[in-house]
Amino acid sequence: MNLATSLEQAAWDVLASVEDPELPIAITDLGLVRDVRVDGGSGSPGTGARVSVRLVPTWTACPALAVIRGRIRDGLLAIPGVRDVSVEYTYDEPWTLERMSARGRERLAAHGLSVPSCRFAEPPVCPYCGSHDVVVESLFGPTLCRSTYLCRHCRNPFERFKPPAER
Amino acid sequence: MPTALAAISDPAVRAAFREWLLRVADDELTIGHRHSEWTGVGPDIESDVAMSSIAQEELGHARLFYEQIAGDEPGGPDRLAFGRAPEEYHNAVLLEQPNGGWEFTIVRLALYEAFEQQRLGLLARSGQEPVAGLAATLGREERYHALFAAAWLERLARPPAPPAGTTGRGAPGLPDAVSATAHARVQAALEAAWPHALAFFESTEADDALLRAGLLGDPPARQRETWERTVRAILEPLGLTIPTGTAAPGGRRGVHTADLMRMHAEMTEVWRSDPEARW
Repeated sequence: MNLATSLEQAAWDVLASVEDPELPIAITDLGLVRDVRVDGGSGSPGTGARVSVRLVPTWTACPALAVIRGRIRDGLLAIPGVRDVSVEYTYDEPWTLERMSARGRERLAAHGLSVPSCRFAEPPVCPYCGSHDVVVESLFGPTLCRSTYLCRHCRNPFERFKPPAER
Repeated sequence: MPTALAAISDPAVRAAFREWLLRVADDELTIGHRHSEWTGVGPDIESDVAMSSIAQEELGHARLFYEQIAGDEPGGPDRLAFGRAPEEYHNAVLLEQPNGGWEFTIVRLALYEAFEQQRLGLLARSGQEPVAGLAATLGREERYHALFAAAWLERLARPPAPPAGTTGRGAPGLPDAVSATAHARVQAALEAAWPHALAFFESTEADDALLRAGLLGDPPARQRETWERTVRAILEPLGLTIPTGTAAPGGRRGVHTADLMRMHAEMTEVWRSDPEARW
């Protein structure tokens, strides 16, 4: 494995260790990482690599974005051989539910969060009893990415992950 | 940072696009600020959280547009947001008006979101990256704002029951007198907001320059027709009458009301206390 490849692997390891501060899920499972690029870092004395990470935000006004960016920067700069880091959010391709991994979905479900499978408009399902007999309490929940519901079958209130609406 | 403005070589077209993007950012900043004033005093906890979230999103969107406009300018997006004089803002006057009653906030939200959705669509189709991609992304977020406005309009403005013996159509559980009052208040709010909402489409020399350059599809008059069709489809099924007034322009040219002066003084106070501070 050459140096650039091993640095890239180390960068992905860092990214997989960064969690969303508002959800118990790694940003790699949430699908925030668009791509990682390693430039330079030939290994000769006095040089170091530049790692560039591009991210796709779920919600553009989410206050967690700055926190996530800071954690990535700190983690990447701690990799030996990395001299410079760039972390940018991009908007050329919107975040969609397909970006979330199966493991990510399981983590959120285990946390009691209902997660739509592909569209925000699909019928919500109660994460406790599996019923579709639910009513929306509020589209705007405790964070920008969550809405609140009430299950009429088991009488539990629950939250649903709220993706940006499809066009 | 690559910006949409830097990619435009003709200085006149670049200046026109800058003005157009400032309208977008200033609209989002002013309406976001007004929405935020509902925090803690919304009519119920869900609406309070919703208005606070919508405010948070609009201010976030404003920041993204200010970043695009500012590029590497000294002071960056904060100076654009807080370091200009009121007459340098290009927001529509409707968005600087005080919240008034809940019904005015809801009517304004519905009228603005219909406009915003359309404008973001126009920008998304402009091919001007990276703002085109940004606009497509934001349009998906804004859709929830429109859903919230539509649900509240339905709740407030559903017409009162017709005469006895026929099937009632008023909001369930509400006496007819309450439904009638709510409906009348929504209609009055619509009358008050309408001339200013028409001024969303006020055009300046910048619009002419952009049209000549083929940068943004429709002329403002045609955009306004499309918007009117959209809002009619929302309002008329609720028995609301579309007002007949004409547009009350000004905002797009920096002509504002005392409402913006007061809002501006409050909104910029912290930034003015130390413009060089890093937050």
